[in-house]
Amino acid sequence: MTVISTTIGQSVSRIDGFAKVTGQARYAAEPHPSGMLYGVIVNSPIARGRIETIREEAARAVPGVVEIMTHLNRPHTALFEKSYVDGLGVPGSPYRPLHDGEIRFNGQPVAVVFAETFEAAREAAMLMEVDYERWPHNADFEVALHQKYMPEKPRSNYVPPKSRGKAAEAYALSPIKVEGHYHLAPEHHNPMEMHATTVIVEDDGKFTVWDKTQGPQAVQAYLTSALSLSKDQVRVRNPYVGGAFGSGLRAQHNVFLAALAAKMLKRSVRVSLTRQQMFTHVFRPEAIMDIALGATPDGTLQSMIVEGVTDTSRFEHNMENLVVWGLINYKCPNATADYKVVPRDTYTSSDMRAPGAATGVNLFEMAIDEMAYACSMDPLTFRLHNYSDIDAMHDMPLTSKALREAMLQGAERFGWQNRPMTPGKMRDGKELIGWGMATGIWDAMFSPTSARARLTADGRLHIATAASDIGTGTYTILAQTASEAFNIPLDQIDIELGDSTLPQCPTEGGSWTAASAGAAVWLACQSLREKLFKTLGKNSNISAWLTEGLRHNTVVLQDGFLKNTDGDEAFEMSLRDALSLTGQTELEVEETAKPGLRGTISQMRKARFTHSAVFCEVRVDEELGIVRVTRLVNAVAAGRIMNPKTAASQVRGAMVMATGMALHEESLMDERVGRFMNHNFSEYHIPAHADIPDMDVLFVNEEDTEVSPLGIKGVGEIGMCGTAAAIANAIFHATGRRHYNLPIVPGD
Amino acid sequence: MTDLSVARPCRLEINGKSYVADLPPCVTLLDLLRERLDLTGTKKGCDHGQCGACTVLVDGKRVKSCLIFAVSIPDAKVITIEGLGSEGHLHPMQQAFIDRDAFQCGYCTPGQIMSAIALLEEGHTQSREEIREFMSGNLCRCGAYNGIIDAIEQVIAQQQKNRTGEAA
Ligand code: FES
Ligand code: FES
Repeated sequence: MTVISTTIGQSVSRIDGFAKVTGQARYAAEPHPSGMLYGVIVNSPIARGRIETIREEAARAVPGVVEIMTHLNRPHTALFEKSYVDGLGVPGSPYRPLHDGEIRFNGQPVAVVFAETFEAAREAAMLMEVDYERWPHNADFEVALHQKYMPEKPRSNYVPPKSRGKAAEAYALSPIKVEGHYHLAPEHHNPMEMHATTVIVEDDGKFTVWDKTQGPQAVQAYLTSALSLSKDQVRVRNPYVGGAFGSGLRAQHNVFLAALAAKMLKRSVRVSLTRQQMFTHVFRPEAIMDIALGATPDGTLQSMIVEGVTDTSRFEHNMENLVVWGLINYKCPNATADYKVVPRDTYTSSDMRAPGAATGVNLFEMAIDEMAYACSMDPLTFRLHNYSDIDAMHDMPLTSKALREAMLQGAERFGWQNRPMTPGKMRDGKELIGWGMATGIWDAMFSPTSARARLTADGRLHIATAASDIGTGTYTILAQTASEAFNIPLDQIDIELGDSTLPQCPTEGGSWTAASAGAAVWLACQSLREKLFKTLGKNSNISAWLTEGLRHNTVVLQDGFLKNTDGDEAFEMSLRDALSLTGQTELEVEETAKPGLRGTISQMRKARFTHSAVFCEVRVDEELGIVRVTRLVNAVAAGRIMNPKTAASQVRGAMVMATGMALHEESLMDERVGRFMNHNFSEYHIPAHADIPDMDVLFVNEEDTEVSPLGIKGVGEIGMCGTAAAIANAIFHATGRRHYNLPIVPGD
Repeated sequence: MTDLSVARPCRLEINGKSYVADLPPCVTLLDLLRERLDLTGTKKGCDHGQCGACTVLVDGKRVKSCLIFAVSIPDAKVITIEGLGSEGHLHPMQQAFIDRDAFQCGYCTPGQIMSAIALLEEGHTQSREEIREFMSGNLCRCGAYNGIIDAIEQVIAQQQKNRTGEAA
């Protein structure tokens, strides 16, 4: 018997690898429809005000310029503001590109120049002259803090903090107290591929929109609604996405503007942002957290008080689950938290990898480290001592939590037991060496998702769902799921993703795709097998072994064949032959994975999270203050791991981004003009090869049959949570100095 | 003053094929490849020489094609990712990238591969640290850095094996 070598849980190489290493994978800015125009956006240099005049003469004189689209000549769009709310939009008034002459943020598009060549469009865009009436603005976070508020209608996924006990009294009575005022700088997603849209106007006038998005169906719905187009007028495709990390959750202005121009000019168009323009839309909000912890000298937490603030725009209320994580993850009888947002005259901040938790968990874990030291306790021992087996904030059991195992296995891999407690004790020449650790936590989510499975005449299995693979390995793990569910070799499977016309799948994000789309593919494959067997069973012209086998349920799918498992003689039949016996050219099913009754009850009664324990070694140059991360170990408890190879890459990738959060990434606001000034890769540093050591990722065994149909929790965000804190805590251990601002830069 | 809108002759050999055309001098090699020749394997990540996504080989050396005007390198031999390998005949570096999961979204990947191939020629491969240093012009926001170094070391090991094989 042949054993299938490509199933769930194995380290299969990415099936989209060939396309990516040969340059054949096409991203949003890469289709070339004939007659396509290039659009270059002109941005507002002021933060608030009104356009007075637009002078286009010089720009229009550039040879090759075809049209300049502004709020004055744009075609009709939807009348009502609510038509511009996108799927993952936040409460407030959505920004409507080129809606009118009002300026709400610096960098706001005020015109788009379209030309036959990119060079002409770029040159003409630079020649545009726009006069503004300037209104006062505030882009200063410190000033905005005075206007903090709680939105009347919170974001739909907002988890309100829940207090327990008497936190203030318990804090006052605690013999050991630590208090910190923490700050995180705003960060920009900066996927390597800039946001871009190519709209292909097809012969029948319909639009095929190639967009850099995490949700083709969300963009499709947004465009039809905002541009008052009929449902079948727009198809959105994103088979390959050059990273996004949250920047592609909401429909960005480039897709709106490109589709609007296609409507106006009835020609195919492309609108790409420059790297500088990537700093004119979404970013991870700036944050402040005030954390006060009280404990008894034996290291038992008595009180936790967390107050947090993040920034949003003046027109929308972006919110994060910032302050709840410590309250959920630690046992402590008294706890309270409060959260507010502050408005600035900028674009609306948005979700970036592990939104809320990346900030909230890391800053809280820095405070925990300080408390462990205040209790003269090893930080790992302190965490084990205050370990909670439940969601301590909601007083709810968990579907699983192998964080203890993660802490212990991670510590062993790292060699934590050899760590001197006292800071500044390890050195190598001029370099101080420090070891730090932290834990991470992120939601394990599941959303109803549909998938289609189709068996074709050539005996191949086609799987389709409107999921997006933004580098997450979705193509590969869905192929593995199908391979196991239908018992067919991987190379007989085709996976189709990234197309709004495919079966419904929620926008990729929050680490829910593997669990949700995986379950849908599993169901579809099961149901396709049943359909195949049933259809065959109706045929009287099939061989006796098959008739008998089907009747007695002894026929199985194995390695791409139908086989009988009963009797002495081995019979088998290829899928191609089986399909032709059904008399059909193909068999197809579509199924939707939902939580079901059991799942819904479980979601009401039990909380679900992914956990991790991160261990870090840093070296700090004593004279220059330069920090190098030299070792990182991350032990992750994330339920069932579909593909250890791609899952580890996901975790490592987030650890790289968290290294940026700890040491490099900081979008610097010039308050006078309301613009992020360091809008390029030389002034906004993202970790490069030389910044990143070898990272050891281990997956802790965690069987969880309840969290999602296939026991998957997702691994896209967890690497962000805890890693930055482990680095900060290691720096303390090296130098004996606490830092409360991220990123930690020399001289702080 | 020279008129920048007047097209000038551009003569290149791209992936073994000759390319001759008159081009405005402001067209970068990167935009020529992507927008006029449909060679979109070479990526644009910044257009400012800061990310390495646009790395190609010009006369065997790795360069950032966004910083070069196409008309400024007459008769140069340009190799892009499309010129490396084909189905069943991947360049060892391409295969190593697949084997070692040296990418996620794949957007920085062509640039990383071209850069890595040139790096081997340059010989800056004595240690993982040295490879890291000399690959630092190629950013990867997905953070596939460990895999990329593994892939480069895999190719170095293969080359060494082949060399010892030949010597024996
Ligand atoms: S696009 Fe050339 S270096 Fe970034
Ligand atoms: S693989 Fe996505 S940027 Fe490198």
